Amino acid sequence: MSEQTVMIQNEEDTLLSRFPKVVRKDERKGYEGYVVEANALTDFARTLRDELGYDYLSSVTGVDYLPQGQMEVVYHAYKTTGGPALVFKVQVPRDNPVVPSLVPIYPGADFQEREAWDLLGIKFEGHPNLKRILLWEGFHGHPLRKDWREPYFEAEHKPYKSRFPEGKVFRAEERNPFGKNVDYPAGFDPAQWTPDNTNALIYEGLGRVEKASDDLPTEQIVVNLGPQHPSTHGVFRMVVTLDGETVVDLEPVMGYLHRNHEKIGERNTWLMNMPFTDRLDYLSPMSNNFGYALAVEKLLGVKPPERAEYIRVIMAELTRIQNHIFAIGMFLNDMGAYFTPSLYAIEERELILDVFEAVAGSRMMVNYFRFGGVARDIPEDVMKKIHDLAFERLPRRIDELDRYLTNSEIVRVRGEGVGVLTPEQAIAYSAAGPVLRASGVPYDVRRAEPYSIYDRFDFDVAVRYHGDVYDRYLIRMDEVRQSIRIIQQALQQIPEGPIMSGKPQYQHRVPAGESYGRVEGPKGELGFYVVSTGKGNPWRYHVRAPSFINLTALAEMTKGQKVADTVIILGSIDIVLGETDR
Amino acid sequence: MDGSGILKGLGVTIKRLIATYVDDFKRGKARYRTDEGIAYRSSAEVQGIFTIQYPDEKLPVPEEFRFVPFLVGEEQEDGTLDPRCTACGICTKVCPAQCIWIVRSKDPKTGRPRPKPAEFYIDIDMCMNCGLCAEYCPFDSIKMDHNYELATYDRKADNIFDLQKLLKPVSYYAQIRPENYKREEEARRKAEEAKRKAAEARAKAAAARAAKAKAKAQQAKKE
Repeated sequence: MSEQTVMIQNEEDTLLSRFPKVVRKDERKGYEGYVVEANALTDFARTLRDELGYDYLSSVTGVDYLPQGQMEVVYHAYKTTGGPALVFKVQVPRDNPVVPSLVPIYPGADFQEREAWDLLGIKFEGHPNLKRILLWEGFHGHPLRKDWREPYFEAEHKPYKSRFPEGKVFRAEERNPFGKNVDYPAGFDPAQWTPDNTNALIYEGLGRVEKASDDLPTEQIVVNLGPQHPSTHGVFRMVVTLDGETVVDLEPVMGYLHRNHEKIGERNTWLMNMPFTDRLDYLSPMSNNFGYALAVEKLLGVKPPERAEYIRVIMAELTRIQNHIFAIGMFLNDMGAYFTPSLYAIEERELILDVFEAVAGSRMMVNYFRFGGVARDIPEDVMKKIHDLAFERLPRRIDELDRYLTNSEIVRVRGEGVGVLTPEQAIAYSAAGPVLRASGVPYDVRRAEPYSIYDRFDFDVAVRYHGDVYDRYLIRMDEVRQSIRIIQQALQQIPEGPIMSGKPQYQHRVPAGESYGRVEGPKGELGFYVVSTGKGNPWRYHVRAPSFINLTALAEMTKGQKVADTVIILGSIDIVLGETDR
Repeated sequence: MDGSGILKGLGVTIKRLIATYVDDFKRGKARYRTDEGIAYRSSAEVQGIFTIQYPDEKLPVPEEFRFVPFLVGEEQEDGTLDPRCTACGICTKVCPAQCIWIVRSKDPKTGRPRPKPAEFYIDIDMCMNCGLCAEYCPFDSIKMDHNYELATYDRKADNIFDLQKLLKPVSYYAQIRPENYKREEEARRKAEEAKRKAAEARAKAAAARAAKAKAKAQQAKKE
């Protein structure tokens, strides 16, 4: 037995002996982890965090097991020193799903529990602010429940029978006319509805608040930044309570771009979801493909051939480079350097997108990965272009960007010491990716739990220690350099050979079970939690979206800062609303 | 904090600015509105301005570029197009947006289904350009187009493409995707050759059997 298996065995013994009767192993076929009784959850989580070192709660989500009449909450916890996940679940009756909240132990569960409440109707007892997060208050029902149906409902699963062989064409819009497709809860009238106290300030837009302390006879003021504000990178709102110019509190309001990606995913077949993942974080589609492919491949038990593995790594790292330089460019925009730096970044990004276009067929909506390989091989001339980029152009241009920005007094003065997140806070708030690593936590999924062939490459996990906005800028520079290193090695090692294992197929028999595939996306840990019942469609399809979860720490970072800095603090997290709102 | 960082940064931008004019001067008129100039401005060697002045200039799209499917039709002698499509319905089943509708045609006499589409619709408002239909079509009959300029005045009337609008000749396909076309034709040729060889071998064997039987019969007659 290896050291790790011994350790896991010890953990298991500890947990099972410490919590007899209330904790048991999940024995369902294809499932892993522990099932915990709801009343023991808080103690169990505390033991995990304080005694076993699982200090990072990565993912919280719910699954509606309608036939069993159960709601299940699934937690994935990690050690920030690396290693596999510890999965634990709570099962509660479907008609009254109440689970104790883990926010007091893992503050990072905040938004994710709110999301589970919003979409699945699971109540988290003890949550400080349990209200809808992606949908609005006048929404009827919890859409991810299996018995919830959209206003225009055709069938439970795709493909729809109406398409073939008697395909009478119709426009969904005609059957689902605008204005008549909204369903309100009983007794709800949107014209009469007034938000309750806490929300009133948000909806008023600009409110005045009585101040608690009275050193100066001033009032606090509530300002809405967004939803349509150039600094919010999309339709996103920050409700900021200000005392003078200082931020007292901040609440992110999101969901304007919500389309219930997960419900769509559960209607889709396994393969159909691939192009939909492109549309999550549309700045890094290859990473999204990667995460989803890994999750489903784990269930299918297939492994891509060598060449496909290398192509995947090259594509994922190119994605990281273009995402990071674009993030840097846009971050400088937020700082007020209007578009000159971002155009410098876009120039390089364009070249990488040209590669994607030539290989996958589209610049952003790549739809390139398949279960057990990739869709197409890289043509000879494109390989040469990648070679030129990785060995010649990109290193030179990164150095130029470095000369241009890194020591600029403006960037430093505005960035240093602003929006600080300590390592303890970063871990507690489940921050991921550059946000976590800039706070001095060297946690990178590519190293912590290597997937694909990342264990073959020589690269450093970039880490910075101040946790401020400036370090989040620096760490992206560092990571671009490391990605270039990985691509250089991959280009030298890539073998010839097939790019698909087995024959390409569009109907997949996915064995029943659960699986969690995670990759280190450019924004942070991107996870896909899928549950299969052995049918042609996923029973549950959940995305652990780093853009969304990284926002949990936004309030903490902005408190005590000036209002002008909220803009660059948000910019330094690097969110994409397509992923945040899903 | 002596301002040297800003000066250095300004140096970078000034260098870029100068490079733009130097490059313009060096390359002269060839830099803009020529194929060579567009190729240069989208290559990894580009210095200076890299923008393409759409719609005056257009970026050439790579072969794999995909935008809205079309149906490949074999050119008939009378100038009409015969769709390769056999109405098998695989594209309707893989389509993530479910934007393909097919009516299978029926034999007017017997009423039995025929391997041809009677009607074929794609709602291009819904199409997400993923290319799965083209990827999984076993008859190379639905392919992704290169034409991305599809703006119209009336989306309700114009954006459901029917068979008429979707059909394009094989020669068009060969022109926009030469490599793919070559590969597919090669595979088809090989498959046909194998088929022909198998048929030949079968015929040969049959002939041999027949000759043997004949010889046997003759032998029997003689005896």
